[in-house]
Amino acid sequence: MRHIVSLLMENEAGALSRVAGLFSARAYNIESLTVAPTEDETLSRMTIVTSGSDEVIEQIIKQLNKLIDVVKVLDLSDGRHIERELMLVKVKATGIFREEMKRMSDIFRGRIIDVADGSYTIELTGSGSKLDAFLEAIDKTAILETVRTGASGIGRGDRILKV
Amino acid sequence: MQLTGAEIVIRCLQEENVKFLFGYPGGAVLNIYDEIFKQDKFKHVLVRHEQAAVHAADAYARATGEVGVALVTSGPGATNAVTGIATAYMDSIPMVVLSGQVPTPAIGMDAFQEVDMVGITRPCVKHNFLVRNIDELASTIKKAFYIAASGRPGPVVVDIPKDVTAHVGEFVYPESVQMRSYNPVLKGHSGQIKKALKLLLEAKRPMIYAGGGVVLGDAAEPLTKLVRQLGFPITNTLMGLGGYPATDKQFVGMLGMHGTLEANMAMQECDVLLAVGARFDDRVIGNPAHFFQNPRTIIHIDVDPSSISKRVKVDVPIVGDVKSVLADMLQLLDETEKPHNAEPLKAWWQKIEDWRGKNCLKYATSSDIIKPQYVIEKLWEATKGDAFVTSDVGQHQMWAAQYYKFDKPRRWLNSGGLGTMGVGLPYAMGAQFAFPDAQVACITGEGSIQMNIQELSTCKQFHLPIKVILLNNRYLGMVRQWQEFFYENRYSESYVDALPDFVKLAESYGHVGMRIEKPGDVESALKEAFGPSNKERFVFMDFITDQKENVFPMVPNGKGLSEIILAEDL
Repeated sequence: MRHIVSLLMENEAGALSRVAGLFSARAYNIESLTVAPTEDETLSRMTIVTSGSDEVIEQIIKQLNKLIDVVKVLDLSDGRHIERELMLVKVKATGIFREEMKRMSDIFRGRIIDVADGSYTIELTGSGSKLDAFLEAIDKTAILETVRTGASGIGRGDRILKV
Repeated sequence: MQLTGAEIVIRCLQEENVKFLFGYPGGAVLNIYDEIFKQDKFKHVLVRHEQAAVHAADAYARATGEVGVALVTSGPGATNAVTGIATAYMDSIPMVVLSGQVPTPAIGMDAFQEVDMVGITRPCVKHNFLVRNIDELASTIKKAFYIAASGRPGPVVVDIPKDVTAHVGEFVYPESVQMRSYNPVLKGHSGQIKKALKLLLEAKRPMIYAGGGVVLGDAAEPLTKLVRQLGFPITNTLMGLGGYPATDKQFVGMLGMHGTLEANMAMQECDVLLAVGARFDDRVIGNPAHFFQNPRTIIHIDVDPSSISKRVKVDVPIVGDVKSVLADMLQLLDETEKPHNAEPLKAWWQKIEDWRGKNCLKYATSSDIIKPQYVIEKLWEATKGDAFVTSDVGQHQMWAAQYYKFDKPRRWLNSGGLGTMGVGLPYAMGAQFAFPDAQVACITGEGSIQMNIQELSTCKQFHLPIKVILLNNRYLGMVRQWQEFFYENRYSESYVDALPDFVKLAESYGHVGMRIEKPGDVESALKEAFGPSNKERFVFMDFITDQKENVFPMVPNGKGLSEIILAEDL
């Protein structure tokens, strides 16, 4: 089953490689991983999307907790949460595509953030499936380049991951 | 106080009451070695290969419970240390390894003797550090010792660039360590302990299975008390030997791949299992699916939450320091009214005695050819069961575990998790440094001993009176055994040809060499080696043993515990 795990870790050199190394060394799945410092610059917040049986997920959480640099771990999928992913898509914007891409971007509540003679760059935020849906909806031949951040997640309401 | 980085390193080690530093010098650590030269608070032990330095530090930790410390230079010094670090990691040994690194500006430049030590060791350390600045040197070393020794212990690497050892900084050694990201749970949950004890007291076929955590956690005493009060059977893992006295009648022997019939059958058929500081690894419970064919309730005490329900689903997990949890359990037991389950327990013991009656460790004796098991039995007698025994890895290791009855913890030093050939001699060195007057025996094979044979020189330099018990069968015995059983006798590369004359080799280092070829000479030779005339001497005993002897019982790889093969079955 797919799980989205959030963690806070000391913002130290090599911290990311400890997490990445753990997943590869123990053959855990890793669908995406995002990381950036928090408002407290000594801490980094990481979101990992993984999958596995309940036993494997339990081990992943325990193994993450065991890393010395990891301060807190939360399996967001255990409760109500929100997840978002950012995608930038560069699409052809010539001929019929110029109008079509603008319209599709609007429908998906995207924003065109760069306009060139032959292309648009569209910024899109949402769940992974919404981003997938956008790519499905537009003409494949129009896609020049895509870049996705992987999911970031946060608990709803009082579910707070903080030191 | 303003000190150089090298001076700070020395002061930190002194603050940690380090008595022995096992190491090997080289370019990146010359500043540190210069300070070692100027001090006499701890002794530096010069080994002949960095791997041995780390093994010796590891053994020192295993034998004493203190943190072992090793020092190696950058590059090849660091990579040579890796096998030793991984060995300690797999067996949860508290150790700090200091490695030299090229100067900070040279890092990443493919400098001479540069290697990414933090990167290379990341998967085989509890934690590691690269010290980038002299201001963090002392606090990092303090943290390293704290992390190595607390919670589930393990090796910690501190990589120190050469320029940091030359820089001058203010030295303050922190009194304590506070880390928001690392707070091991030590006290067991009282509700869980209560639940566990209730289950144990109501059990009809109880079994206790204790591992290396009992030895490392200094919990042999409360464990022994608990087991005796409950009157239950107990088995130890390879790493747990000595955690409960092996000569006691409640002890049913080691379990696992080469464990006794009674231990393995009791594991399989018990209704309540108490696991203490053990981790249900593949060599211990065999095939987990087969293990679960018999229903049982499992209670698991371990300081590391990730060891619980990893390979085997546990019903009552208790996270905590085993010593503290067992003490709590004992206290609760005192206050609890005992139910009358004497009858089922008696029936259970009867069943165990039936298995025990099979005498699974019986072997065919011989008057012409030395049986390796016989050597271990006689060694046990010659040392009155009280020696520090180290082993390498292979058949001799299993025979040592089966036939040397360890009554005390920290007496049996071997590489259980990683299975590192070559640890035996450096382990014996570490133990002998820790206990200079104790009897230290290294049980080894002619394959393993050659993996760190250069340490005969270190033993000469420091006059270590170690006794090497070489069970020389001219084969990589365990490899040969598997080839016999599972590869239709195709002995691919398992014959060790071109062996040295070990007697002459030992003598060339100034040691005593002995060759023993007849069963009738085993006892007298051991008496001589461990006798007063050789008290101060390193003795290398080359026992020419039966080439085709196999280790029994055996649970073949991937099989279940009750699918155990005895010698008589073949």
